[in-house]
Amino acid sequence: MSNYVYIVLVPLLPLASFFLLGLFGRKYFKTSAGVIATGILLISTVLSFYIAYQYYFVDGKVDGVYRQIVAFKYTWLEFYPGISIDMNIILDPISIMMIVVVSFISLMVHVFSLGYMKGEERFSTYYSFLSLFTFSMLGLVLSGNILQIYIFWELVGVSSYLLIGYYFEKPSAVAASKKAFIVTRLADLGFLIGILILAFHAETLDFATLIQRLTTPSSPQLASITTTSFLGVSFLTWGLTLVFMGGAGKSAMFPLHIWLPDAMEGPTPVSALIHAATMVVAGVYLIARLFPIFAISGDAALSVVKYVGVFSAFLAAIIACTQTDIKRVLAYSTMSQIGYMMFALGVSGYGHEEGLGYTASMFHLFTHAFFKSLLFLCAGAVIHMVHSNDMDHMGGLRKFMPVTHISFFIACLAISGIPPLSGFFSKEEILLAAFNADKAVYILGLLTSGLTAFYMFRLYFSVFWNKDTIPHNAHEGTLTMKVPLVILSVATVLAGFVPFSTLVTSDGNPLPSHFSILFSIAPVALTILGIFLAAVLYKSANERPAKIASSLGGLYRAAYRKFYIDEIYLFITRKIIFNLIGRPAAWIDRNIIDGFMNFLAAITAKISERVRGLQSGKIQYYTLYFFAGIVGLAVIFIYMRK
Amino acid sequence: MNEVPLNHVLFVSTALFFIGMYGLFTRRNMITMLMSVELILNSVNINFVAFNKYLYPDKLDGVFFSIFIITIAAAEAAVAIAIIINLYRSHHSIDVKDAEEMRF
Repeated sequence: MSNYVYIVLVPLLPLASFFLLGLFGRKYFKTSAGVIATGILLISTVLSFYIAYQYYFVDGKVDGVYRQIVAFKYTWLEFYPGISIDMNIILDPISIMMIVVVSFISLMVHVFSLGYMKGEERFSTYYSFLSLFTFSMLGLVLSGNILQIYIFWELVGVSSYLLIGYYFEKPSAVAASKKAFIVTRLADLGFLIGILILAFHAETLDFATLIQRLTTPSSPQLASITTTSFLGVSFLTWGLTLVFMGGAGKSAMFPLHIWLPDAMEGPTPVSALIHAATMVVAGVYLIARLFPIFAISGDAALSVVKYVGVFSAFLAAIIACTQTDIKRVLAYSTMSQIGYMMFALGVSGYGHEEGLGYTASMFHLFTHAFFKSLLFLCAGAVIHMVHSNDMDHMGGLRKFMPVTHISFFIACLAISGIPPLSGFFSKEEILLAAFNADKAVYILGLLTSGLTAFYMFRLYFSVFWNKDTIPHNAHEGTLTMKVPLVILSVATVLAGFVPFSTLVTSDGNPLPSHFSILFSIAPVALTILGIFLAAVLYKSANERPAKIASSLGGLYRAAYRKFYIDEIYLFITRKIIFNLIGRPAAWIDRNIIDGFMNFLAAITAKISERVRGLQSGKIQYYTLYFFAGIVGLAVIFIYMRK
Repeated sequence: MNEVPLNHVLFVSTALFFIGMYGLFTRRNMITMLMSVELILNSVNINFVAFNKYLYPDKLDGVFFSIFIITIAAAEAAVAIAIIINLYRSHHSIDVKDAEEMRF
């Protein structure tokens, strides 16, 4: 049971490196910071791979079912016996899968940054922030308690904020980091209320107990949370939906996705790590963590997850087709793929065959982490070379950067779902789960998959083919930038062959793998159509894309302006919230609260002005007052005292 | 021998007290004010001695108090004159009006 205690090292090592580099980095490790952080993280990564091996293949199973192991337990705050906040580490198939993904991707990004960030003024600060993020993310996935996950949730939010605003000399980066922080904070408000609702009714914060109490039909806690309602909706649905709101904020689901494209202001490796592979899937992970409650008791909340997921996937895919900043295209593609994971959870049931969507979602999370971080790192290499984010400034780069070109191509094939690359298997599984559960969702998912292929290859052809441009510096990154690309390409190719459905399922029972050639025909055909279309339009420079764009007119412009969602937000905040809430609140603050204080101060000043006259400096007046006082006292004592 | 009645003595001390008080209030010269204070103190001394003699002839408490007051008055005069000298050094005057600026 407790032979997993050494797992505490996995998150604590990056924390140590954060403190080391954060406190002493700028003085002592100005250039060696990268190597130190990478070395420390390497130990964490090796440990988490070892743990994964131990758990999945040696002693994780009891009677053929993966059990949940509490590897570490420490009571942090005890209010009174029975109500306490613990710091736990729990191991189950999804948390172990996540630590492998997080530590591995983080390691790749650390190595890549050695070359990419070389010569930066605040090189050691960058690495200390990366370490902080890695620590928080590992802590988040290992949390065994809903309040603990919330603490780490905020920590990843902070490190994301710090890293987006890394280039704080740029006003746009500062604005983007503030936007990301404020939007996710708004979502976290919902999350916190959700936690409070669930914890209040279930009388516990611990995940295992929470799930057990809220899924047993006869438990008094379940009865209490389902029978009480607010605005006609039961508190269970409220709680779960609000928790999902937190997840949607972090995972950039519609309508809380507006921060993600702007978050691309951060350094590109950071986008690869935080805004593509790990932090943004925290929302999916959160839903997966509470999945039994969603699936068994919270149907209504689960269908919210499903519709929000599929709508975000489709919307983001359309927007991605029109953007010209390569990182923004990738950002919308991330949002779209996370939408996939969300609706896969949404269509899933609990246990056995019903739980296919859950497995598919986790599988897609796993494969997506590899190919999306690969795409971002390639984009980083391209930006490093061209010194621009804009697709219009690129073209013909295949001749200058062969390694990046091949890696990008592999990743594009994977994300589009071409067999036998990893994305194919996971996407197939998601579509199959959707097909079994909800045909409308399936159709939208299918269309999105075609769009995905189109916009990814639009990006690929525009950057690496199309017109010829002369890049800024004509060499392709350092060795430390190429190695992660190669390793991630290999992982992208191979990740699909992991027998995922036997490892990660909703109830721990292994599933046989679902794969049928017949079912794959439709998505693969659509994908190939998408690629073909992209090739026709973008492989060589021509007039067709512009013509199509102008013939679509308003629709194209709306998609290009991201369907005016940012503008709607601005309208709501600037015009409605600022005017109706902000201004009156400011007025009350300025006139009533400050006014009261100023009034008190004015009275004091007036009184002291009067009293001041007594202190005239004329000694004889003082004597007179003194004498008058004595006379007064004498009169009182002689005539009035009885 | 006809004794002087107590009332007469009290009349003298009261007169002395108010003369001192008048001097203290009206004079601007600090030395004069100090002298007025001495008058007030001495009127109190007379009171003490008189009450002791007329009311409790077999006790000496009042006389002791007078001696105390004379001692204190000497010390007070020393301090007051020191202050006055300092004031004179800084202001070249021993008029209380000129010391008004020291109020704040």
